Amino acid sequence: MTFLQELTQNLKRNIREYGMYIALFVIFLFFSVATDGMFISSRNISNLFNQMGYIAVLAIGMTLVIVIRHIDLSVGFLAGFLGAVAAIALTQWNLPVWAVIPLVLVFGIGAGLITALMVAKFGIPAFVATLAGWLIYRGALLQVTLRTGTIIIPNPAFNAIGNGYIPDLPLPNFLPGLHKVTLLIGLLAAILMVISSISSRRKKIEYDFEVSSKNMFIISLIFMVILIGIITYILAGYNGLSWTAVIVLGVTLIYHFLTTQTFLGRHIYAVGGNPEAAELSGISVSKITYIVFGSMGMLSALSGMLYASRLQSATTTAGTLFELDAIAAAYVGGVSSAGGVGKVTGSLIGAIVMISLTNGMNLMGIDISTQYIVRGAVLVAAVVFDVATRKRGI
Amino acid sequence: MAVTAITILTRFDAQKILGENMSVPILEMKNITKQFPGVKALDDVSFKVNRAQIHCLVGENGAGKSTLMKVLSGVHPYSSYEGEIYLDGELQTYRNTYDSEKAGIAVIYQELALVPEMMVYENIFLGHEIRKGINVDVNETIKQTVALLKKVRLEVNPSMKVKHLGIGKQQLVEIAKALSRDARLLVLDEPTSALNETDSENLFVILRELKQEGVTSILITHKLQEVLDIADKVTILRDGQSVTTLDNNNGEVNEDVLIKHMVGRSIENIYPDREKKSKDEIILEVRHWNAYDPRLERQILKDVNLKLKKGEILGITGLMGAGRTELARSIFGNTDGYRLEGELVLNGEPISFSSPHKAINAGLAYVTEDRKGDGLILIQDVKANITIANLERILTRGLFIDANAEIRDAREFRDSLDIRTPSINQLVLYLSGGNQQKVSLAKWLYVDPDIMILDEPTRGIDVGAKYEIFTIMNQMVDQGMSIIMISSELPEILGMTDRIYVISEGRVTGEVMTQDADQETIMRYATM
Ligand SMILES: Nc1ncnc2c1ncn2[C@@H]1O[C@H](COP(=O)(O)OP(=O)(O)OP(=O)(O)O)[C@@H](O)[C@H]1O
Ligand SMILES: [Mg+2]
Repeated sequence: MTFLQELTQNLKRNIREYGMYIALFVIFLFFSVATDGMFISSRNISNLFNQMGYIAVLAIGMTLVIVIRHIDLSVGFLAGFLGAVAAIALTQWNLPVWAVIPLVLVFGIGAGLITALMVAKFGIPAFVATLAGWLIYRGALLQVTLRTGTIIIPNPAFNAIGNGYIPDLPLPNFLPGLHKVTLLIGLLAAILMVISSISSRRKKIEYDFEVSSKNMFIISLIFMVILIGIITYILAGYNGLSWTAVIVLGVTLIYHFLTTQTFLGRHIYAVGGNPEAAELSGISVSKITYIVFGSMGMLSALSGMLYASRLQSATTTAGTLFELDAIAAAYVGGVSSAGGVGKVTGSLIGAIVMISLTNGMNLMGIDISTQYIVRGAVLVAAVVFDVATRKRGI
Repeated sequence: MAVTAITILTRFDAQKILGENMSVPILEMKNITKQFPGVKALDDVSFKVNRAQIHCLVGENGAGKSTLMKVLSGVHPYSSYEGEIYLDGELQTYRNTYDSEKAGIAVIYQELALVPEMMVYENIFLGHEIRKGINVDVNETIKQTVALLKKVRLEVNPSMKVKHLGIGKQQLVEIAKALSRDARLLVLDEPTSALNETDSENLFVILRELKQEGVTSILITHKLQEVLDIADKVTILRDGQSVTTLDNNNGEVNEDVLIKHMVGRSIENIYPDREKKSKDEIILEVRHWNAYDPRLERQILKDVNLKLKKGEILGITGLMGAGRTELARSIFGNTDGYRLEGELVLNGEPISFSSPHKAINAGLAYVTEDRKGDGLILIQDVKANITIANLERILTRGLFIDANAEIRDAREFRDSLDIRTPSINQLVLYLSGGNQQKVSLAKWLYVDPDIMILDEPTRGIDVGAKYEIFTIMNQMVDQGMSIIMISSELPEILGMTDRIYVISEGRVTGEVMTQDADQETIMRYATM
């Protein structure tokens, strides 16, 4: 097989995945041109990541919920409510930040487990159970903010989560204008990526397994390194990596490994692919349901804190429509409501796509009404593309 | 995707067909080639069917039978294959199944396409309701339904919900539905694999009657005796090529000839020999086992007592619906939520399994009867399906899946069970029925159980693969495993087991040593 043949075959086989990256690239290109480069400026990209954070973590959790054939509509107001709880814990209970964060995450897990109880134990459809949750958490959010209205959070450590950046080396003369620690992290990430790819390929060859040709491998490595390089360089040009970006990347990485490399991930996708078969294979469907909704609750808590921290306050409307943004991001990222299909990395990209649209159109001064229509159209287009590419070859 | 289908051609009524030139074949498929990524499913196949005949299509698993019929019915649209299809001498270019249906092709799959919650008459006229103004003309619909049901000799109330009918009757409803669209060419893809003998015979009677009325049938089956009984012509496919077409009416066809063409060699012995050496040690005992279905408020198992000896193949047989599958599932973690009474004794210890997980840990495995429904995860690949019930085997540090070990193990099973797939990364969805069954077996062999319950293990499996599966079963018991084999096929129960329990209406009505048993005895117990 010639290199070109392999390349086209590879492209064809993974069209769905590459399609998403290509779409993202086109969106970036379009907005960069349309805004005279303002969109792609370090400052804006950095800002974009921060805007995306609270939706991205929800989208990641939502991916798994949809994979196991459920839905969670309550996450938006749960996030809003738990953000308010965090604010109250900081301002009224006077708890330190290091205690508040895990506490609120645990609350989130608890809320998720209650949903799971409704779904797994009482057999209530997730749509209905979480619609009830939507109402309840909305009410709860209004109640806790009733007396005070918006709760201002005067805690710099907490507010850094949504607004701060990782510290830099105090070397003002070395590489001025660039964030050195960010560069270093990017470099390390690239090196790690190259080493692990090479060693996994080597191991495959050792076992006499099929691998892509050497040229193909090298090209894809170079491509990945360049990509990491560009992102790092752009971010380093402003304040470096934000804490939000660190959190989102961390969550993505953990969930990516959990879903692709562990038995837990296998079990989740098995339950999504065929619950009866999974149960008869010794997998407890209800246990998986608890885990997935528990994780969704935890990520809702995280999302709520990211948002509260970003606004430096808990508002009465926090969390409005988050759930729909998260669901949209997951679908743009390629999950299927038929169950068993969808990647967390896809949903991250989906979240970036959706936020880029908002951000880019804002920069272009496009009216909010048009923005909704465009985002709706993109959502439909993504899913149509998804369905069409999946159908091929059957 | 579906293994089994009935396809019907309509548009002209019977008189018109009979009036047409009889020498033009009703269907001619010329030089059909169909390629999937990594697989050439059909390789220059030509296939001709004469009017008002019953034409059987046989071949090994993966030979391309279903694919050929999917090409015919437009599941694989015109541009996706090479070659031509002629219907009554006219070139056909279907873009989808709707087109073929309009041209007279209606497809009935083994996984029947009926809506369980709807009534019989609603199902039959679904999609082409008889209208009076904007309303459905219920009276006229029922009247026509009664006529159609009479044609397929089905005596049920047209207003009954389909879900209350047995599978055999549902199949007849499906045929009635096809007839309601003036069908004239039926294609049945393994219709009898889920039917008991009575239902199968009933079906054949109807096919013969339809033949008299000018309806042509194409029938796919792995049961060669059926071919001999019913076929006018039989076409054999092997590895995506049409080997030959034989005429069943002039005595040139018998089982050996068919097998020889199908597998390219003759198979002397359908049931491989085994040195029977089961010990008297009892590994599993079921005592006074009662099961109630709380939803139907019905008792489905009544005081069942049975013993499984170490190293034996124990047969459990009976008519469909006798409660065999329910027995297996109630033991294996009771996922259907029956209310159970009675005792399980494993290796002398009383035990109960509240979930399949517990049953698996105790050394049991259960290969389900319905591999697509609750056996396999069709949208996952071969290797993931093989390892799913025992991921512990490839975990590192108790959490991470060792991808290389997984590939290595999956390949080992692919080779030892001869699973025909372009790669272990192929989705199970794309495998032929027989190879899917082998994947199910591989999955449970991977668990390395002490007791393997096989529920209809040869459903939809060709003679060669059956032989292979029987050989594997023999190897399993040689290695000390004990097998419970549930089957409605009396010949294979008699050919493979050491001892047989017969179940009828939830009760054990007979226990016989296989060497003393014959079909009549078993049938007598089964209808007791
Ligand atoms: N959609 C598909 N994608 C890829 N391969 C396919 C697809 N459909 C069928 N195949 C392959 O084509 C070959 C023929 O399959 P087909 O289902 O026609 O076999 P069959 O003769 O009906 O077998 P069986 O008796 O087991 O039902 C098999 O190797 C199968 O794996
Ligand atoms: Mg088939």
